[in-house]
Amino acid sequence: MKIAFEKHTLANGLDVILHEDRGCPIVAVNLWYHVGSKNEVPGRTGFAHLFEHLMFEGSAHHDHGYFQPLQGAGGTLNGSTNADRTNYWEVVPTNALELALWMESDRMGYLLPALTEAKFSNQRDVVLNERRQSYENRPYGMVPMIVLAALYPPDHPYHWTTIGEVADLHAARLEDVRDFFSTYYHPANASLAIAGDIDPARTLALVKAHFEEIPAGAAVRRVRPAAPALAEEQRLVHEDRVELPRLYVSWHAPAMFAPGDAELDLAADLLANGKTSRLYQRLVFEHRVATDVSAAQNSREIGGFFQVAATAAPGHSLAEIEAAIVEEIDRLVSDGPSEVEMERGRVQAESQFMFRLQSVGGFGGKSDQLNAYNTFLDDPAFFERDLERYEQVTRESLVDVTAFHLHHGRRVALSVVPRGRTELSLPNSTKADVA
Amino acid sequence: MSDAPDRRPGQAGVDRSRVPVPGAGQAFRFPPIEKSALPNGLRVWSITHAAIPLTSLLLLVRRGAASDPRGREGLAALTLDMLDEGSGDRSAIQMHEALAAIGAQLDTDIGPDASLLGTTVLSRFADRAMHLLADMLVRPALRDEDFSRVRQLRLHRLMQLRDMPGALADRTFTNLLYGSHPYGHTPLGNEVSLADMAVSDVREFHESILRPAETTVVAVGDCDHETIHRLAADAFGGWQGYAPTLTESGNDLPHPARLNVVPRPGAPQSELRIGHVAVPRSTPDYYALVAANMILGGQFVSRLNMNLREDKGFTYGARTAFEFRRQPGPFTLQVSVHTAATGRAIEESMVEIAGIRGRRPVTAEELSVGVAALTRGYARNFETAEQIARAVTQLLVHDLPDDYFAQFVPAVEQITPRDVMSAAERHLHPERLTTLIVGDLDAIGDSLPGLGLGEPVILHAAV
Repeated sequence: MKIAFEKHTLANGLDVILHEDRGCPIVAVNLWYHVGSKNEVPGRTGFAHLFEHLMFEGSAHHDHGYFQPLQGAGGTLNGSTNADRTNYWEVVPTNALELALWMESDRMGYLLPALTEAKFSNQRDVVLNERRQSYENRPYGMVPMIVLAALYPPDHPYHWTTIGEVADLHAARLEDVRDFFSTYYHPANASLAIAGDIDPARTLALVKAHFEEIPAGAAVRRVRPAAPALAEEQRLVHEDRVELPRLYVSWHAPAMFAPGDAELDLAADLLANGKTSRLYQRLVFEHRVATDVSAAQNSREIGGFFQVAATAAPGHSLAEIEAAIVEEIDRLVSDGPSEVEMERGRVQAESQFMFRLQSVGGFGGKSDQLNAYNTFLDDPAFFERDLERYEQVTRESLVDVTAFHLHHGRRVALSVVPRGRTELSLPNSTKADVA
Repeated sequence: MSDAPDRRPGQAGVDRSRVPVPGAGQAFRFPPIEKSALPNGLRVWSITHAAIPLTSLLLLVRRGAASDPRGREGLAALTLDMLDEGSGDRSAIQMHEALAAIGAQLDTDIGPDASLLGTTVLSRFADRAMHLLADMLVRPALRDEDFSRVRQLRLHRLMQLRDMPGALADRTFTNLLYGSHPYGHTPLGNEVSLADMAVSDVREFHESILRPAETTVVAVGDCDHETIHRLAADAFGGWQGYAPTLTESGNDLPHPARLNVVPRPGAPQSELRIGHVAVPRSTPDYYALVAANMILGGQFVSRLNMNLREDKGFTYGARTAFEFRRQPGPFTLQVSVHTAATGRAIEESMVEIAGIRGRRPVTAEELSVGVAALTRGYARNFETAEQIARAVTQLLVHDLPDDYFAQFVPAVEQITPRDVMSAAERHLHPERLTTLIVGDLDAIGDSLPGLGLGEPVILHAAV
């Protein structure tokens, strides 16, 4: 199982990855800039994401909205910012490839002349609305802010969320935007992947014609904070507009692709994801003390965190749930996973990787994956080896990694409870600080 | 150091004096559907789409939440939810293990008119997947202890929804528009109806409503029809059933107040829903309304979104939709706005609805952009096996011809601005629009009288 491709690097440093797939008369154009919220500084958080919004507001040779020409041509498009990278993509009919390249190259090379105070101010309002809708006005919405701030010290770039702090968004100025663009939005800090109904030679020529003229910028310094560690357990409580209390337990964990990452990914599934998982069967199915449970190995570029979350059923306590989580982790470490669980993990990994070959574009499509492997590992061919690292997980390696990282004394345990009901939190929890 | 903004095009650059115009696209072709049926009435449809070794299997049953008996709202969805909780002598856990062992994630989906059960698997597991799906649909265990657990989870879900303003708005709005009509509730049901249910209701529903004559197996992927038919015959052949009697209830629709508020003290945003009951899928104005909706609120560059988001900064996104169902479905304008902007957002929404009916005529350019958005990217919707299988279920739910997808683009391309405006005029009625606000009544109360929608009715959330 693999994604075949050819890779070229232009003189200005732009990586170009091409994957031919004639199954559907569409082309996916996907562009990653290696900048995310971890490149921000305290006092200017939320900036990478705000900047992403501005990339849709027009460039020098098309000083109009970005969506219209591409949607008008039958494309679908979007972008996203996370802690490590910003991606932009469109999926267009075959005949609109040139249009997509024109639009992407124009905003890469010529955004600043079109940037105005009015656009900046308006998109800041849009982002503040997004923060309200997706975080402030949503039950449990502020959890990422609390958990990340507890896991990472204030000067670690994973301490803040990608959406940023309200005060910082208000403090941002247009000059900051210009500096940001110059520093991060240039070809040497970008990776372009094109997948679909293409002729690679013709496509490469088109890419060169559109992007070669854009000069490289200075190399971006890698962000290398000290490795974070929790000295002890932190117990926090947050009151929210929720009906049912929910517990989030988080630990530091390996970074994406690092040793132990695949093990914890499989451990998350067998512990708490889906109806065959241990905690689902115990908490939701048999004892009915929880309405739902889940776990995730949230691996990012320079570090990860493993999180288990469960919502208490009415009349049941978070302490009961916490005890079960501890017991199941201990049992996994002492007895190991069963052969059935290991085989299930293998079949699920194989299936998941096959599903990932179905689409050329969009989030998680083949073009996005090629860019991920290229940006984080400088190796677009990693798809095959990525599946292999799951297949290579053994009972022993899974047990060892779980024992090492999921330490009960070094974790963040956050109780989210209905307003006025702090007694429903885990005992000895202190109030979480949240803006 | 970097040298922006003075980047100059090199000799080999492209012409940036104008945005390139794409050339003509290819005509869209939908793959052929092979069909057969079993003696018990179950239909078997398949499409070969062999790009990768995956097979998508969907079971489409032409019964949905509108089949919920009065006082048992939520029964169809709950029954669907119970189908994987064990079958024959297999326990619920054993059924989940059997699915997980073939890497299958079960997808279930229910709407007012239909229910869907399916999975996509590595093709070497297609036979096991078919048999598991049959076990679920034909011989589910429907045990009392599993029922009480599933019902309890759904009650907890309802409790959670009380704090989700969007969900609150959807449920309340559905009830406002349809009242006791079969479309008057969301598939989840409500706390009273769920509490009143017993496992005997579920068994009765399964026995009388989920039947072979209402069901089609749709298979798409790395498969051939002969094999699929054989698998289906093997798995479903023994399923007996009579055609259920159709109870078409001719409920009168309610006449809701023009302005309704569900108070949420301190809410930073208001959830708005504006709309009324509109048309069924069978409406002769289908294509014109699809185009009208695209222009009004169906895309990022729609009139509504450009107004409320890009021009005014009120929201992260605003949209409109016609739901085309077997009976008349709703037209709904939906947006979540900063609390302080609530009154103005409602005013602007009304302006846009009035505009598309003719007050602000649709230009050829606008129509062209909307039609292009609907048609030029059409092929994108049919990339994966699962997308194709789901598309096929649309033909089944709405009795559409096999060439419906191939005909879509030509049909939309024939629509004119006049068609759009007259369809909007016929089917959008400003005086019949109902507005619902889920938000901070204290903060916005002063802006409501000025809307000209009369005295607001203060609602408690529909639970």
